Amino acid sequence: MITTIDMERFNSALAPSAVMLENMNAKISVRDFDFSYGSAKVLHGIVLDIPDRQVTALIGPSGCGKSTFIRSINRMNDIIPNARAKGTISIDGRDIYSADTDVVSLRRRVGMVFQKSNPFPKSIYDNIAYGPRIGGMRNKRELNELVEKSLIRAALWDEVKDRLHESAFALSGGQQQRLCIARALAVDPEVLLMDEPASALDPIATTKIEELIWDLKVNYTIVIVTHNMQQAARVSDRTAFFMLGRLIEYADTKTIFMNPKEKMTEDYVTGRFG
Amino acid sequence: MSNARIRKIISAIAESLCGLAVLIALVPLVLILFYVVKHGFTSLNWAFFTQMPKPVGEVGGGMANAIVGTLILIAIAALFAVPFGCLCGIHLSEYPASKFSSIVRFAADVLNGVPSIVVGIFAYGLVVLPVRRFSAMAGGFALGVLMIPVVVRTTEELLRLVPPGLREGALALGATRSRAVFSVIVPAALPGILTGILVATARVAGETAPLLFTSFNNRYWTTNIAQPMASLTVQVYTYANSPYEDWIRQAWAGAFLLVIIILVLSIIARVSVRRLERMNRP
Amino acid sequence: MQRHFDRDIEDLKDLLLRMGAMVEDAISQSIRALLERDTPLAEEVINNDSRIDQMELEMDRRTLELIAKMQPAAVDLRFVAAIMKITPELERIADLAQDVCERVIELNREPPLKPMQSIPHLAQDAQTMVRQALDAFVRGDAALARQVIKQDDNIDQQTEQSFRELLTYMLEDPRNISRAIRLTFIGKYFERMADGATNICEMVVYLVEGKMIKHTPVTLNP
Repeated sequence: MITTIDMERFNSALAPSAVMLENMNAKISVRDFDFSYGSAKVLHGIVLDIPDRQVTALIGPSGCGKSTFIRSINRMNDIIPNARAKGTISIDGRDIYSADTDVVSLRRRVGMVFQKSNPFPKSIYDNIAYGPRIGGMRNKRELNELVEKSLIRAALWDEVKDRLHESAFALSGGQQQRLCIARALAVDPEVLLMDEPASALDPIATTKIEELIWDLKVNYTIVIVTHNMQQAARVSDRTAFFMLGRLIEYADTKTIFMNPKEKMTEDYVTGRFG
Repeated sequence: MSNARIRKIISAIAESLCGLAVLIALVPLVLILFYVVKHGFTSLNWAFFTQMPKPVGEVGGGMANAIVGTLILIAIAALFAVPFGCLCGIHLSEYPASKFSSIVRFAADVLNGVPSIVVGIFAYGLVVLPVRRFSAMAGGFALGVLMIPVVVRTTEELLRLVPPGLREGALALGATRSRAVFSVIVPAALPGILTGILVATARVAGETAPLLFTSFNNRYWTTNIAQPMASLTVQVYTYANSPYEDWIRQAWAGAFLLVIIILVLSIIARVSVRRLERMNRP
Repeated sequence: MQRHFDRDIEDLKDLLLRMGAMVEDAISQSIRALLERDTPLAEEVINNDSRIDQMELEMDRRTLELIAKMQPAAVDLRFVAAIMKITPELERIADLAQDVCERVIELNREPPLKPMQSIPHLAQDAQTMVRQALDAFVRGDAALARQVIKQDDNIDQQTEQSFRELLTYMLEDPRNISRAIRLTFIGKYFERMADGATNICEMVVYLVEGKMIKHTPVTLNP
């Protein structure tokens, strides 16, 4: 059953103050953030605080802007021609869209894992060592330790420790995704962005990734985009619901899935539209 | 007769016609190969590979200098065409929509169609005339010019085939754009690029016209690239035009060897494509 | 594979067992208050009931959260369903103990009736059934659960018997009537505690075997 969208209610539904955290423990602060591809505006006035060392999930129907939003946090959208951002996104208080931001070092602080795992056509070892190497690390011993540590953190070490110099493509889909996570962890980021990390995986591999995310949040701030609502419920502490480029509701995951304030949120999580 | 039967008959006729067309198309190829093998295989002997041409009229000798000459010419051509062509290809794939790129692409396509003899004359004017000497360098240059369009287009196409996820992955780890291109994208496309180079090499290995006024020919052994140099193709041309039976026999042998070389290069290229497809498919 | 929800499930189980312990205490205290005519003890039981009520609310809240977050399946789903049905049964049993104590306080204002045989026996049996029901849940023992369910017939008989006994007291002397009626209520309360234990056991069987035996005649063999 499809619920038609009441545009008036839609436009008035947002109370920016409600989405800011009471305790300013925010790792990432987004204020009045707009994003356009050419003349098409895809994000409207997003206001959001993402807490440190918790998992924040972004949910919403296709095309709602959640992927665009998450890619704005590490400025991966910069590579798209005619893309324009307005407003601020601050990490630890510093606006990443200011003119003096070094995008390269931003991307080392904010790592990203993609929907389709994208290991380089190199060995497992070289994949993980890539980030540190381009950052200047040369010492063999340091690299070895770092590779091991990253693979342990990504719960992959036991499965690959005897074949580090085999091609990354010899791994299964779920293992490749964990390899990509290890690769992102190797540059020691503070924030980990995950754009539908498990959507291309089978259920067992998906569960492994979800458990991994739960373990990782102790040390990293994690933002995850997912089209699977149940996954958002299982894995996140806070959930943000996007629609048509606007942030509709942002609260504790429990609240969103048990008792959301906005009818549109409720219609979405119950599957009544979408 | 029912519709189904009519259709079946028409289908059978069409299939047979197609098969017949294939046979007809294959006939010249088979005849050539057959001829070359028949005449050349028997003439191929150890002396052919190791001995120098004998003076006019004498029987025996070989094409050792021509074989080496062809190899040297191909090497010079590759040395010239590969870096230049690859960098061009990289630029075209990185900036696919710019005005400059469309001009370069068009130029490469035109160059591809230029008759090889015209390229030879161009090389003659550029490299031979100023120093008033034929040289292997000039010959290599001419062959290189012929190779460039193929290398450029292959490199560009293959780089474009690299999944965009690899670029994103590299950028997300904090690589600059050029770092990402040279440390991830190009290595990913490398097997294909090498194959493209092999194909280009196979093409120029069989060229004769451009060499006629650049590397000319040389009856003696030399590896000095500033000197005229013998090549398999020119030598075959020369011998085939001569009245001496022995030379004609050797020309067949040379032709046969050329066919073998090109066949081997093509097979290697073919096999590499298949292997690289398997390797790069995640 | 270890899942982070496993801990939530264990926590839920622990919480239920703690609530069960509190309910068992309430029952045994109410029996003692009855037999020893101990009004302060009865008042204590009545006061403590609010704690058990709070635990029920806590259990409900946690269980719903677990469903929302985990989307449990198979045995996890049956476990959650069992918790959701056992919790209110325990709370009702606690309420019944509270009711017993209210009647005890009223009884203690008058001199004791002639010594009764059947009500104390009935009370002990009901207490045993509740304890065994909780044991069956902890151990996942469907066989024990079925045995407990069978005992309900016995309880019904005993209730009938105590009713007849009290009836004779009422017929003997009209001044016995109010006390006898209060005792009848007490007997009824214990019988309903036994019913609660039976309901708990039905959920234990559902949890362990996946079979719903509510409202069907029970055999000892599954």
